[in-house]
Amino acid sequence: MKHRLARLRLRINHGLALLTGNPRADRVVPPSGHTAMLTSLTAGAMAFLAVFALALSLATGRLAERWSGALAKSATVRISAPAEQIDRQTSKVLEVLETTPGIEFARALTEDEIRALLEPWLGPDLPVDSLPLPQLVEITEADQGFDADGLRLRLQAEAPGAVLDDHVRWRMPLISSANRIRSLGLFSLILIGGATAAMITLATQAALAANGQVIRTLRLVGAEDSYIARAFVRRFTLRALIGALVGAAFGTLAVALMPAAAEEGAFLTGLGFSGSQWAWPLAIPVMAAIVAFVATRMAAFRTLRTVR
Amino acid sequence: MIEFQGVTLGYAGRELLSDVTMKLPAGSFHFLTGPSGSGKTSLIKLCYGEMTPGAGRVEVFGQDLGQLGRNATAQMRRRIGIVHQDCQFLDHLPLAENVALPLHVAGHEADDTSLEELLAWVGLSGQAGALPPALSGGERQRAALARAVITSPDLILADEPTGNVDWEMSLKLLRLLTELNRMGKTVLVATHDMNLIRAAKPQVQARVLRIQGQKLQLAGADL
Repeated sequence: MKHRLARLRLRINHGLALLTGNPRADRVVPPSGHTAMLTSLTAGAMAFLAVFALALSLATGRLAERWSGALAKSATVRISAPAEQIDRQTSKVLEVLETTPGIEFARALTEDEIRALLEPWLGPDLPVDSLPLPQLVEITEADQGFDADGLRLRLQAEAPGAVLDDHVRWRMPLISSANRIRSLGLFSLILIGGATAAMITLATQAALAANGQVIRTLRLVGAEDSYIARAFVRRFTLRALIGALVGAAFGTLAVALMPAAAEEGAFLTGLGFSGSQWAWPLAIPVMAAIVAFVATRMAAFRTLRTVR
Repeated sequence: MIEFQGVTLGYAGRELLSDVTMKLPAGSFHFLTGPSGSGKTSLIKLCYGEMTPGAGRVEVFGQDLGQLGRNATAQMRRRIGIVHQDCQFLDHLPLAENVALPLHVAGHEADDTSLEELLAWVGLSGQAGALPPALSGGERQRAALARAVITSPDLILADEPTGNVDWEMSLKLLRLLTELNRMGKTVLVATHDMNLIRAAKPQVQARVLRIQGQKLQLAGADL
């Protein structure tokens, strides 16, 4: 255990030493403007895309939460009965609901409220009085929820015209879609990370191949692999970090400039960040730097092993 | 200092060295000669672990090079000054930084005064800021020698150190190597230039090793 901890400490120190750098060690690798620019550009573009993938994931996450949160807590009882029975059945339904555990609140919607619900489809001049509209009873669930199957049986017995709609039928596909989009967003983030790692590995390998003479000379004068790797790792990690910082900044700005979801569309939510979520894009350059660090280090040590 | 036991080495599908056994004591000066392509460079590379023998054992400073890991090999090379045939510099760094490179990779700082003295010793005063591609063949060879000795190594391996220079410069380089030997360094110089070996006679007690038909022979008596 002690040995493991010591080894871990050594690795951490080694990793930090790679990042803190040694200006003289950095100078042993000749400057390579072209590769440097490509690495930074790649990291920047990937970070820009990552911000959007992150925004998509977080927005769909919020969407799923809203749908499941808002709709899971509510249900409706629809009473369709002949006009002379509707009041009696409504009273029965309310009685049943009042004595059902897990229901916090139940009330019958007024005619005006029913008209307001139908107005978007049938217009403002709806003759409610002349139409055989069903009576709607709104239910608000308590935290522990209610037994929907049991309630259906009781309603059937007490008020045959009452139908319970607990929204499960259409809520579940919507939540499932939102979750799938969220998964796609997260998968995109993983793909972006993998693509960044691949691009940086290629750039590092190209740089290492172009500097074969430098590596052979350094080995000849007694340089250890870590000394040589450090110069490459530090350079590529910093390039990725700087590129990703710029890309993430532009990505965040682009998301901020997107039109906000209107009040009526709040149920659907906008593509963007909310509250503390605005801090999340900061993680992207850090992740890009970690990916670049690991990819460059692996590529550097793999190449160095081919030189005695 | 250097010990070969039954060393066999193949390269590019042909055998260069076969069952070579030799022992170079500390403080000695040896020339290694033989026709072009006989394996002089390969034998030098075996001494600092850039090549590994197909069979047999190479020991330097009492360490079996076949058993050394990469870091241990790097540490071992810090005790050896290597003058490579093509010098091998970092072309983007000025001469002074190239010469001081063995110190830097070992984690030490080069003392400016000592560096200037070293450059003066090899006749390169005033060239500290020059980039290697701007130097002549002779200047590069001398710079390579300066780099090889900056850490005061115990062993100096020079592969054709006078290969690209005129006779006058060859004699200068030879003098530098013999001076180092007088300071107690073990020196092994690979060369095909018999005139250089003859010129060394008045300066140093050297022995000549010759690679002939994949075998290593001691060529005649002491010079």
